[in-house]
Amino acid sequence: MPLQPETLKSLVKAAAEQVIASAPELTALDQAIGDGDHGSNMKRGFEAVLGNLDTIGAQPLDEAFKTIGKTLVMTVGGASGPLYGSFFLAVGEALRGKQLPDDLADVFGCGVGAVSMRGRSQAGEKTMLDVLLPVLETLRAEAARPDLIELVRATATEAVARTVPMQATKGRASFLGARSVGHVDPGARSSCVLVHAVCNSLEARQ
Amino acid sequence: MNDMVGIVIVSHSKDIAKGTADMVRQMVGNEVKVAFCGGDPDGGLGTNVSLIIDAINNAWSPKGVAILVDLGGAETNSEMAVEMLQPERQNLVVVCNAPIVEGAVMAATEAASGSTLEQVRAVAEELSAG
Repeated sequence: MPLQPETLKSLVKAAAEQVIASAPELTALDQAIGDGDHGSNMKRGFEAVLGNLDTIGAQPLDEAFKTIGKTLVMTVGGASGPLYGSFFLAVGEALRGKQLPDDLADVFGCGVGAVSMRGRSQAGEKTMLDVLLPVLETLRAEAARPDLIELVRATATEAVARTVPMQATKGRASFLGARSVGHVDPGARSSCVLVHAVCNSLEARQ
Repeated sequence: MNDMVGIVIVSHSKDIAKGTADMVRQMVGNEVKVAFCGGDPDGGLGTNVSLIIDAINNAWSPKGVAILVDLGGAETNSEMAVEMLQPERQNLVVVCNAPIVEGAVMAATEAASGSTLEQVRAVAEELSAG
């Protein structure tokens, strides 16, 4: 059965609440290697998404994802606004003529591609892409597995840990050079929080 | 005939953005349109797409607008703001790879002489060519 707007609404609500609850942790991570605003920026953006939840739930899926993206772009306030915003805008664009969950990997891939273009960033640069790309890989390679949700969750957790030894070459953390080594990347962590929230919420509905 | 490229200054700090605009006005005068913005949607340090869009529209000129930014998020948010303009305006806005204060002053000086958007950008970006 294709993803229903009502299901999307509950997934978005769960993801937003989880990001908001993680704000202090994201801020603490960002204070170590960034400018310490990732938690408050993400909290502001996802509070605005929660405020638009009724609109999001009433729209066709492609429009709903674009509303999420646009809301994040307009409210987050840091570079993560356009980065996460571009992800959801591209997912909305990709959903024309595609279906969830059947085309999940393709659609997710379009979102990840948009993040990469917006940030002019690749794998291994200590960014949110270091979580999103491995998750995409798992979605592509393991789509048929009955335990896909569990695999995706584990992929995201492991991917965050792998950002610790990386040296940042993009974003504010790149100013620190070698001193960025030894810290979890805040953007990778917020991506993991979102992926986990969606996984948990899907699992609870099964 | 008297159209000049407009200048937009985008800093994480409204004070820096305003101070930079003040310097431009004092050094270049008022004939070049200068708009500035800074701060996140709650007024803290950061940048904000909707304020950047407003600033671009306030500095609008048929010759285009050159944006000067400070740190990473200001650049990403400025690029996003440009993509959200009406399609016919998008190709008439550039984000300059230049230091914000010096770049704004140089860009405005060049704009005041009636130069094209590309010339204004080139002069600002010479500063980062080292």
